Amino acid sequence: MRFELMPRTSVSPVARALAPVVAFIISFLIAGFVIWLMGRSPIAAFDVYVLQPLSDPWSLQELLVKATPMALIAIGLSYCFRANLWNIGAEGQYVMGAVLGGWLALNTHGTEAGFWVLPLMLTLGIIGGALYGLIPAFLKTRFGVNEILTSLMLVYVAQLALDYLVRGPWRDPKGFNFPQSVTFDPSATLPPILESGRVHYGFVFAVIAVLVTAVILGRTLFGYRLKLTGDAPRAARFAGFNSSATTMTVFAVSGGLAGLAGISEVSGQIGQLQPSISPGYGFTAITVAFLGRLNPLGILVAALVVALTFIGGESAQILLKLPLDLTQAFQGILLLCVLAADALVSYRIRLVTRGGGK
Amino acid sequence: MKADVSSSGPPLVELKGISKRYGDLLANDGIDLSIEPGEIHALLGENGAGKSTLVKILYGVIEPSAGEILWEGRPVAIGSPVEARALGLGMVFQHFSLFDEMTVAENIAVALSGEWSLATVRGRLSEISRTYGLVLDADRAVWTLSAGERQRIEIVRCLLQNPRLLILDEPTSVLTPQESEHLFVTLDKLSAEGCSILYISHKLEEVRRLCRRATILRAGRVVATIDPRASTAREIAALMVGSEVGEIRTDAPHVPQEEVLRVDHLGMPPAGLHGQALKDINLVARAGEVVGIAGVAGNGQSELFAALSGERLAERADAIAIAGRACGTAGIDARRRLAAAFVPEERLGHAAAPTHRLSENTLISHAATEVSRSGFILVSAAKRLARSIIKSFDVRTPEGDPQARKLSGGNLQKFVIGREIIRKPKLLVVDQPTWGVDAGAARLIRQALVDLAREGSAVVVVSQDLDELFEVADQMAVIHQGRLSPLKPIGEWTREAVGLEMLGVAQAQGGAHAV
Ligand SMILES: Nc1ncnc2c1ncn2[C@@H]1O[C@H](COP(=O)(O)OP(=O)(O)OP(=O)(O)O)[C@@H](O)[C@H]1O
Ligand SMILES: [Mg+2]
Repeated sequence: MRFELMPRTSVSPVARALAPVVAFIISFLIAGFVIWLMGRSPIAAFDVYVLQPLSDPWSLQELLVKATPMALIAIGLSYCFRANLWNIGAEGQYVMGAVLGGWLALNTHGTEAGFWVLPLMLTLGIIGGALYGLIPAFLKTRFGVNEILTSLMLVYVAQLALDYLVRGPWRDPKGFNFPQSVTFDPSATLPPILESGRVHYGFVFAVIAVLVTAVILGRTLFGYRLKLTGDAPRAARFAGFNSSATTMTVFAVSGGLAGLAGISEVSGQIGQLQPSISPGYGFTAITVAFLGRLNPLGILVAALVVALTFIGGESAQILLKLPLDLTQAFQGILLLCVLAADALVSYRIRLVTRGGGK
Repeated sequence: MKADVSSSGPPLVELKGISKRYGDLLANDGIDLSIEPGEIHALLGENGAGKSTLVKILYGVIEPSAGEILWEGRPVAIGSPVEARALGLGMVFQHFSLFDEMTVAENIAVALSGEWSLATVRGRLSEISRTYGLVLDADRAVWTLSAGERQRIEIVRCLLQNPRLLILDEPTSVLTPQESEHLFVTLDKLSAEGCSILYISHKLEEVRRLCRRATILRAGRVVATIDPRASTAREIAALMVGSEVGEIRTDAPHVPQEEVLRVDHLGMPPAGLHGQALKDINLVARAGEVVGIAGVAGNGQSELFAALSGERLAERADAIAIAGRACGTAGIDARRRLAAAFVPEERLGHAAAPTHRLSENTLISHAATEVSRSGFILVSAAKRLARSIIKSFDVRTPEGDPQARKLSGGNLQKFVIGREIIRKPKLLVVDQPTWGVDAGAARLIRQALVDLAREGSAVVVVSQDLDELFEVADQMAVIHQGRLSPLKPIGEWTREAVGLEMLGVAQAQGGAHAV
């Protein structure tokens, strides 16, 4: 006895649109059940996780701040994933963007350098991430090395490099031996959008990336090329789309956006370089990309949802003494539910009772 | 154990009132069909009549909207291919379902769930190969195989499970006459052993050779069940389309003009371990003529196509010249810009992306033309182009702009050929132009190829169908083991001469034998 997925012959657009909503409700129910098992009130948890962050202006800003890097990275990843290329190393590209951009901030520190620092820093961030992303792409196209392995392993290289820098050459001499750099000058700081607010311009970059990507994927030959490469690689070759060039391009784009996320976070949020500059945004962004079904607008929404789970998780830890790991578990449940809902829209489950095989 | 129980017992399988609806389209409309044990039953009908839909329902791939299936008189619900196989059904699909990167034995082992290890598969494979003469090299990677060989895998895969009903969806459309004859002997043998066969084909002569009963579909309905030997191929065809099929017109005489394609001492190593190498190929195609390339599948046709199209590059630029420009080292895109166009053998996955709409599929070969401007897709232009291809080539679609996979095999073939012809290319290279299309559509396609040549293009047709080549070609050459025979006017070829070249006898004087 086992289950089988049978393709549905017709899929209603309504079902497709409702699927994520249903998935959402179900994942809340599952999470509520788990919380109940842990001896807490699911209602109180829902309040802390969802209602409070959404009704409090400070938390709302925090939501955008947290969503920004994940949205930027996930948008980049969607280019790779659409072409069936598995860039798992966005975390490393994020770090390298922060390192290269941060290098300029540290080198102009204390000088009278003007307005040009910030744009140049952001550009260096993009370049740093892009170049780092190109390493697995090059290894893949040139030597056929699996990009999943290389991109993932390069994450640790990047993290260790950052660690070395902030403990060694880039450590703030007046920082009481803490492993961190000096605080960036105002000329190297990404300003908030509203003067009194906390949301920095990184969020604007994310929105721009969403819009530009929507146009690129939906309306340009390049976007079609990605789709074709992912859906029918042989047809893509027949179309004359060069697969090596595609690989290099999408890794550069996703690395670049991850790098931009990294430098924006460091310059707009953290304000200095330190050993850890991300709670795993680069990995969570993979979830975000699929939660948003690789659709740019969907990704923006998904980033906000996942940011909500982060913030709610923090307050739940404080207010309800719920472990922070629950947040990750919840993100996992959410992703599973969305993927399952998507699958069930296109397929139906059958129970096969007669002996398998022959 | 003879098949004479057929009249006494219940039929092996009986379909009653099977219907299948896709949106507004009734692909199957109340179909009744019964198959006796040991019977070879033909299922006929023009492209899009609903044949593949019906057999997919029988095999549990798709679910019928209405109707029931009786197996030996008992009603059964066949919910999946696994259940179908458990009942004793085997099916060879119209479009192959093989993993390119895996070997023959691996492909078979993967598809057969359960206790089949690679070693057992190997053992049984050689046994089956011997019994039925279906020769297969267990360790070859599938992507190096020709369509004919791939199909052999699918057939052997079914036979390994000792099926009681074998469904074949257009098995011979990619086979040579010799290979087909071989298959018929196999089928006769199976039938004598009591295995029933449901046989879909557009080739009426072979249906008359093989089957005693034929069910004819038109637009999803059964229009007749006949004894194909009691009627002529022409009469059957008339039943299928509701009118008679004409011959190809070639009123304008063949006036060869300037050279459009020149292949000069082209050699190419095999792609991978077991592919066929191309050896010293020389070929010229002139404007105004159709050049035919005959040969048994797997003798380098796909390699030659890849070399001509630029999907694989030659070492020397001057090995291939299109419109006088050396382009052996230029990719397919550059060659398209020299006004060349290509139609590969496999329509689903190679010529077209199955899950993309037809309008998107126009982009595959028209990317740089009227459907885009400075990198942007002109969606309405792409839709318009798809519509005009659909109209000019009589592509029957279930909806306005469907995904490619929703088209019946023959209709998709018309679309991918139309997509290239509509560009009015100076050079058209097409591999197996009428694979799996019905008589009417085959005529339409061949006519379009001939017309294109008469309007001043050079057309290269790679085909295993000798009748087709004798019908359309002005010049012909035969490919065998990667070598191309000299090109001769079609009038100078006899069938015997082609046969000898195909077997390599003319070159090697009694050398190697093909399958
Ligand atoms: N998934 C689908 N969605 C919508 N329409 C479909 C789908 N699959 C098939 N059709 C339509 O159903 C009809 C019957 O198709 P089918 O593939 O059974 O034809 P066929 O008789 O096998 O033709 P051919 O000889 O060309 O292979 C066609 O009009 C086809 O476009
Ligand atoms: Mg069919």
